Amino acid sequence: MIEILFFFFAALAVGAAINVLVQKHVLYSALSLIVMLTAMSALFILLQADFLAVIQVIVYAGAIMVLFVFVIMLLNLPEDEDGADRLRWLKFLGIPLGLFLLFLAVVTLWNVERPEVVEAQISGTPELIGRSLFTDYLLPFEATSLLILIALMGAVVFAKKDL
Amino acid sequence: MIPLNWYLILGAVLFVIGVLGFFLKRNIIALLLSVEIMLNAVNLTFVAFSSQRGQISGQVFVFFVLVVAAAEAAVGLALVIAMYRNRETLNVDRSNLLKW
Repeated sequence: MIEILFFFFAALAVGAAINVLVQKHVLYSALSLIVMLTAMSALFILLQADFLAVIQVIVYAGAIMVLFVFVIMLLNLPEDEDGADRLRWLKFLGIPLGLFLLFLAVVTLWNVERPEVVEAQISGTPELIGRSLFTDYLLPFEATSLLILIALMGAVVFAKKDL
Repeated sequence: MIPLNWYLILGAVLFVIGVLGFFLKRNIIALLLSVEIMLNAVNLTFVAFSSQRGQISGQVFVFFVLVVAAAEAAVGLALVIAMYRNRETLNVDRSNLLKW
């Protein structure tokens, strides 16, 4: 049963990701990416990372993608224009090279040394994650707040009228 | 119980799709979306290993990846707006002042 769910959501994620590339209009790409993010959150639930699944929907699909869609609609873009002509043949080279990269990645993953399987299953509850975040990872957590502050100021400066 | 390999291969497939999108698409917002796909593939790998090893650290790292993704989206989209205001196009091939 759980395998069926895995294959369903894996196929949904891969299909939506491919659809992101295929769509001509970038708005449809963004909407397709939201489908992919939701499928990923279902996969997180299958891995018993409950809290991350919730965060994935709220922060990723909810906040970040709304930002993308907002900007796309703000700019009121036309459809994708094709790139310069000298780059057209590169498209036919790109797909075999991408498949080659996939082949290399799968071979590497197959031969990598596996960690020993731990039987004790953890579930990523907010309590466990929060405890780890505020003890072992306190310094990275505080550094994160600085990063967000800098990103915020940078975004305001870049979006100013007289750049 | 689903084997770890399946998750790793799904992560690899999604990452390669993101790489392909980054190199094949010419719209700068589509490039940012491809980066999001790649970040999500990495997140899936993190969570799969965390679940396999019974350690929570992998899931905490996904948080940091998420924060970096949010910061990247904010700054990147501000740059997109500035670029569109100056050049009236989002095609990365047309902003070639720094190319020789």
